[in-house]
Amino acid sequence: MTIRLSSIQKIYKVGVERVHALRGVDLSISKGEFVAIMGSSGSGKSTLMNILGCLDRPSKGEYVLNGKPVAKMGAAALAEVRNQEIGFVFQSFELLPRSTALQNVMLPLIYSPKRWMGARKRARGALDRVGLGERVKHRPNQLSGGQRQRVAIARALVNEPSILLADEPTGNLDSKTSEEIIALFKQLHADGQTIVIVTHEEDIAGHAERIVRLKDGRVMSDRKTTEDPIHREYLDRMAVAAADMAKHDAVSAASNGAPLAVAPEVRGHGEAKVTVATTAAPQPVGAKTGNTGGAA
Amino acid sequence: MIIVRLIMQTVILALAQIWTNKVRAVLAMLLIAVGAGSLVLVTGGFEGFKKNILKEFSSVGANKVWVFPRRPPEARDRFSWRQIRMNVKEADGMLAKCPSLERLTPVLEFTADAQFGDRRRPVVKVQGIRPIWHEIEQRFVTAGRPFSEIDLEAVRNVCMVNDKAIEELGLPGGGPGNYILVGGRRFLIVGVVETKSVSPMFGQNDAQSEVYIPFNTAMAMKPDWGIFVVAQTRRPELFEDAKAEITFYMRKIRNLKADDPNTFGVEAIEQYIAQIKRITTMIQVFAGGLTMVALIVGGIAIMVIMLVSVTERTREIGLRKAVGAKPGTILMQFLVEAVVLCLVGAAVGLAFGYSVVLGLKMIPNSPLPESAVPTWAAMLALVFCAGVGVIFGMLPAMKAARLDPIDALRHE
Repeated sequence: MTIRLSSIQKIYKVGVERVHALRGVDLSISKGEFVAIMGSSGSGKSTLMNILGCLDRPSKGEYVLNGKPVAKMGAAALAEVRNQEIGFVFQSFELLPRSTALQNVMLPLIYSPKRWMGARKRARGALDRVGLGERVKHRPNQLSGGQRQRVAIARALVNEPSILLADEPTGNLDSKTSEEIIALFKQLHADGQTIVIVTHEEDIAGHAERIVRLKDGRVMSDRKTTEDPIHREYLDRMAVAAADMAKHDAVSAASNGAPLAVAPEVRGHGEAKVTVATTAAPQPVGAKTGNTGGAA
Repeated sequence: MIIVRLIMQTVILALAQIWTNKVRAVLAMLLIAVGAGSLVLVTGGFEGFKKNILKEFSSVGANKVWVFPRRPPEARDRFSWRQIRMNVKEADGMLAKCPSLERLTPVLEFTADAQFGDRRRPVVKVQGIRPIWHEIEQRFVTAGRPFSEIDLEAVRNVCMVNDKAIEELGLPGGGPGNYILVGGRRFLIVGVVETKSVSPMFGQNDAQSEVYIPFNTAMAMKPDWGIFVVAQTRRPELFEDAKAEITFYMRKIRNLKADDPNTFGVEAIEQYIAQIKRITTMIQVFAGGLTMVALIVGGIAIMVIMLVSVTERTREIGLRKAVGAKPGTILMQFLVEAVVLCLVGAAVGLAFGYSVVLGLKMIPNSPLPESAVPTWAAMLALVFCAGVGVIFGMLPAMKAARLDPIDALRHE
């Protein structure tokens, strides 16, 4: 068992008020798992992530990370644990702007004296792993968003952490780049890396093998992704939406005089009566027909 | 090895940080540079001044010792002039009993009027000396001859004069061979004593007329007059020994009891030199200390830019902490940055100070030709600048080290 949290509580003092961010969370994550932690804002997921990442200590409860009880450790000891056991991936990448990709990746090694020997080689290896072997000398402003996040992932991996902890890793990326980053996570997972992703996007969470949902500082559900009712509902909803989209496109295409064709997988998700008003003046159709093909 | 590499890495990191904030860093470094520069400049210039003074003192003769009658200041009325005045017997016995002394002469000094023809100088310094006096004072005879033993034995009325006396009395033919009246006695001028250029701080130059007569002749003229002794130690550093020996000898010969104060004085030029060295060094250190105020001002500037830097780099600090930097490591990073800033400033200041001091030395007719930056001042400047870096870097560094990584990463 890589991670074991038992009855974790976190209480913040805001002025004289005490805010219970976590009200007793039990969570175990085994080596090699790919877990998504979900929850709306205020659910305590950020607090849980900070505790998981040893950035913060729980007010009550036990946290055993890779055999080490870390709940009561001091700041310096926690720093060492973060260095050795945890690789962070942040939403906004957090790369040092004036350092090269290689220097950024080497950052955790600077704070890990026993890894100074061969640090450069190790950092190059990590960049190779994320597919940026050719970009070692580039500075963040010379890299695209996806490449920056890859550098950040390489930095997270460079010390061979027990957990890769990603906080909304695709939050600042377009959907195509997001898919690439998710594909990279899946690849790392396939290689045996334990990954914990904190997100509020169902489609990102869908790539994990397990979803932990938080609500009001408690674990609301903790299921395999395929058995998670909320996620299934989401998938259905998405399918309907896709069908609607396809229909809409079909309608606009038809109104423009294109032949009507509904893809077989859309057809299964409900029926829609298509009324085509032919009074609309015929228009140039090039772009629209192209779209129809994409949706169908 | 590993420690060296860590320090190197931190220093390189610090230099890189300084480089990214050039303007700001240069301004702060400038203040430090002004401080360090003025420190070496003031001490270096003062070193030249000190050497000048010491040179003037040495020109009198570094190994000279005077012994003279003196009423003890704590018991002025206990001793009469008869008891304290020195006599020839005391002077003559001194050389044999004081092994640190090379040579000595008793001197009987008085003033008298000197006259040549209708030219008359009312107050002329007259000194009764022995021939060895020339060796002690390093003033020799430029024309004619010195006194001989016969002049002394026979108590002859012969004299020597200096160039000023020749000029003031209007002596023809350079002096020797003429007769002058000194205190009403007729003296034959046998020689001319050279005028030695010594510091205007000491009277013995060409400013006034001087007449020298044989010691015995002077004794015959002023039998009740007090005398003093001018002696020379074998080496300048023996002045303490010489003083002790003379004191012991004089107390013994005067039969002073254990609780009697000294009825004579012993002074060595070397002792004044040592004292002046001490005083000037003190002034030098004090003036140098004042310039450190500028360094402190520079230190405050360093602190301000470091505080700004910490605020600006809050996210970076948060990230570094997240990937495993301990509070102590962050503290070190910022301290090293402050110290590097200060040391770079100090290096610039030292270079500036050294070149100005070099300039002081090189300019023609420099008033301070011996200016030189003392090594201790340069070292002090460096050490103090590093200290300023540590002290004024501590607050920003602690601020950085104490940042909470979560808050720091959230900082905009």
